[in-house]
Amino acid sequence: MTADPQGPAPPPDPPEAGKARAAPEAASPRETARESAQTFPERWTAMLRRHGTSLHPTKVTALGARTAAMICEGRPASAATTLVGAHFTDPDLLVEAVGLLRRAPSSQTGDPAGAFAAAWAIALRERTLRQQETIRTAADVARREAEQALHASEARFRALFEHAAVGIGVGSVEGEILAANRSLLEMFGARLEDLRGRAVTELVHPEDTPEIWQAYEDLIGGKRESFQCDKPYYRQDGEVVWTHLTVSLIRDEDGTPRYQVAMLEDITDRYRLQERLHHQATHDPLTGLPNRAAFFERLEELFATAAPGAHFGLCYIDLDRFKIVNDSLGHATGDQLLVEVAGRLATALGPLGHTVARLGGDEFVVLLEHCDGEHDAVAAARTVLGALREPILIDGHKLAIGASVGVLERPVGTITPGAAVRAADLTLYRAKEAGGARWTLYDARTNAEAVSRYTVSVRMPMALDRGEFFLEYQPLCALTDGSLAAVEALVRWRHPLLGILQPDEFVPAAEETGLILPLGRWILSQACAQAADWQRRYGRLAPQVNVNITARQARNKGLVADIGRILADTNLEPGLLQLEITESTALGPRDESLRVLNALVDKGITLAVDDFGTGWSNLAYLRDLPLSGLKLSSSFIGEPSGEPVPDSDVAWRIIGGLADLSRSLGLTLTAEGVETRETAERLRALGCDWGQGWYFGRPVTPEQLEELFLANH
Amino acid sequence: MAGHTWQTWSPSWVDLETPNAARVYDYYLGGSHNFEADRRMARQAMEQWPDLPKIMQANRAFLRRSVHYLAAGGFTRFLDIGSGIPTLGPVHEVARELQPDARVVYVDRDPVAVAHSQLMLEEDLLSRVVQADLTEPDELLAQPDVAALLEPGEPVALLLVAVLHFVPDRLHPHALVARLRDALPPGSAMVLCHACREGRPDQVGPHQDIYARTRTPLTMRGREEIGRFFDGFRLIDPGLVYLTQWRPDTPEAVGPHPERLPGFVGVGLLP
Repeated sequence: MTADPQGPAPPPDPPEAGKARAAPEAASPRETARESAQTFPERWTAMLRRHGTSLHPTKVTALGARTAAMICEGRPASAATTLVGAHFTDPDLLVEAVGLLRRAPSSQTGDPAGAFAAAWAIALRERTLRQQETIRTAADVARREAEQALHASEARFRALFEHAAVGIGVGSVEGEILAANRSLLEMFGARLEDLRGRAVTELVHPEDTPEIWQAYEDLIGGKRESFQCDKPYYRQDGEVVWTHLTVSLIRDEDGTPRYQVAMLEDITDRYRLQERLHHQATHDPLTGLPNRAAFFERLEELFATAAPGAHFGLCYIDLDRFKIVNDSLGHATGDQLLVEVAGRLATALGPLGHTVARLGGDEFVVLLEHCDGEHDAVAAARTVLGALREPILIDGHKLAIGASVGVLERPVGTITPGAAVRAADLTLYRAKEAGGARWTLYDARTNAEAVSRYTVSVRMPMALDRGEFFLEYQPLCALTDGSLAAVEALVRWRHPLLGILQPDEFVPAAEETGLILPLGRWILSQACAQAADWQRRYGRLAPQVNVNITARQARNKGLVADIGRILADTNLEPGLLQLEITESTALGPRDESLRVLNALVDKGITLAVDDFGTGWSNLAYLRDLPLSGLKLSSSFIGEPSGEPVPDSDVAWRIIGGLADLSRSLGLTLTAEGVETRETAERLRALGCDWGQGWYFGRPVTPEQLEELFLANH
Repeated sequence: MAGHTWQTWSPSWVDLETPNAARVYDYYLGGSHNFEADRRMARQAMEQWPDLPKIMQANRAFLRRSVHYLAAGGFTRFLDIGSGIPTLGPVHEVARELQPDARVVYVDRDPVAVAHSQLMLEEDLLSRVVQADLTEPDELLAQPDVAALLEPGEPVALLLVAVLHFVPDRLHPHALVARLRDALPPGSAMVLCHACREGRPDQVGPHQDIYARTRTPLTMRGREEIGRFFDGFRLIDPGLVYLTQWRPDTPEAVGPHPERLPGFVGVGLLP
């Protein structure tokens, strides 16, 4: 404080300007005059009031009365002590108080002003010392607590670091490892000495992606704050530990990168489990070979990535006598046999770079991802047979198992993976049918037959519901002037995997299974609806529509009713519908089909025999059946290539004879397979009525056919 | 930010070499709970602005009057945030003149002030001292003693006396007050005293400069800004006024120049 103890300080005087206790009213002369009339206690209390205090005025009054009384009782020291205790510690107050006491009633003994000042000084000194001690103590307590808290905090962090379940490592931004906790050391199977001082960048693993180390460089360069990844490390013993790694950058107060902290979670078990699950999902648990899913995945990948023009090969393998082994020696032996077979196949073909997979049961497949031609694929098939030639010894049984192999070799991209495997499978069956222990090479034509059997039985019922069938129409033209005489409805199957299939690829199988009945009904109703549409729109120009009927359909008593209903529904004139039957239909059990066919003809429908001359043409049915036409098999005319058939002269003479026969019986004779103008001309000269074949037009959509016959008129 | 988390995890440090607002305040009031660094700064400030002790006394007197007023109105719970070193007329003493069972929780962020208050209040069963920071209201409110005081049932008097001017704008003092307000039981009160720019505009710059060196820089604010701290409260008479104008003990106590003690004060009530 800046009180000036030397300066006179009469009570009424205001303190110097700038003093902390400015009390304006105390400065007025009027006040001084009034004060002189006051008693000592009043003056004393007024003095206290003038000095700043936060106390309530009544308390100041009470304090003033109390301390004035003490002074009057000769105890000025007590008054001083009490005032200091009430925070009246301003030295200016002492100056004023001493002044007042000097002019106080002289009932006092000694020097009350001196006694007051001395006691005030002592009390203030005591108070100051006490307060200093208190605040020191408080500071010490606070400091001790802060230190304890810091120690606790450090201990907490150290415990956290040491005992964390995750591995923690601290490194400098230069990449030097500075510290590692217990978990990290355990994870790495290392001692601290093994790690400390080493460079973080030494901890590479071949499976690290470049991104990991790029992220690391960015981090220590201060370009990123943290990154996470899964990363393998080599343990001290050379084993691999997989970790989920989080690396964070620690900066100092200025933001300068100082440390890197890595947290590593051991995910080796999880990683191995994932690998095992993936292996299980893609491998056959019995033999350890890739399974069906993995094989198709591989094949699809190959198809997706192969270079244009690349070829691939498949060997579809089936064990010849597995079922016998399984049935006679039991499944356990059968399983052992499969394991042995798998081992032999993998040993024989693996080194060649081929993939061996087990598709299920006793079926295996070899994939040749790079195949230079059929010879490569056949070589692989020979290797397969060679590997399985030696009998297999199991539990003292010498099992000569044998195998059949279907071999397929195709350019990538000409076939879907599914179709390729089916084709190889069907090729395999030819090897089986030929007695097994051999390979057969895929052949498009024989495959088609097998495809039809295969696909029809499996998929046809669904195909009908899904609308996969459709009709095309091929023109039959008068040989005299080329005008459109009729159209033959031909069924097609838009197979989702095999593409568009021709009737000869699936109708025989449909005939076998009976599926021909619903399919035949569908064809009839479609063809009749189309014919009726043309009849409505083009009247006299509308062509007759020929629909093929199989033997099974012809024997079916429901056919008459079906056709009757279809004619009624479509409003088609029955004369515009001709049913084509085969010789085999005509030669079938006579009773049923004859009755059915007669009933149909009674409705006004006409009948023709298709493929006439291919079977054992029993001329008797020409007498018994109510026929309107014959369709001569294209085999009489020639190969599609146009090359003359052997003994063509004989063929032409037969055609001429049949033409005479037809004319005499009042039948329309149609020649199929007419490809050239010359053929057409010759047939006309021989007396054939109509021609059918590419010369007159291929099977087309109804719309395209309309264009054709509208153009001709 | 990570730095923030670190700060709340690590203990505060005791630094006696830097002036501390609570101890400087004590020195202004003639106390000796201070160290050389505090006194040096206080002397320098007083040289520049000799009214400071008067202002602090007026501030203390306002605290007394407002607490007295609220205790008379039935308040028995007081939360004094930024309590400092309350030697002169501490809240619990004032309140208990009218409410002998008054409970007071003193909150300060300075560990020395807290340790001191704990030494003073060792024997006081109804008072608590909590180390917490007004600028971390969630942590402050989560302190068990604070949470217990704020339990529903009775209104609480929140005292923010000469503390908010130590919260810089970047820490959003109004939002902090709103956060505390929302934690108060219905019918609670807020007592506010805040250094203002009006009254002695000539002192604003130099005075803030002196405090700029401390860990608690000073932000004197304008009347409007200070008034907004009472958002959500109903200001009781006489509203937001200079220190000595708020319900003076006697009419003369106001003095002819209340603006020379440039702090705005007020008491608001929650619905």
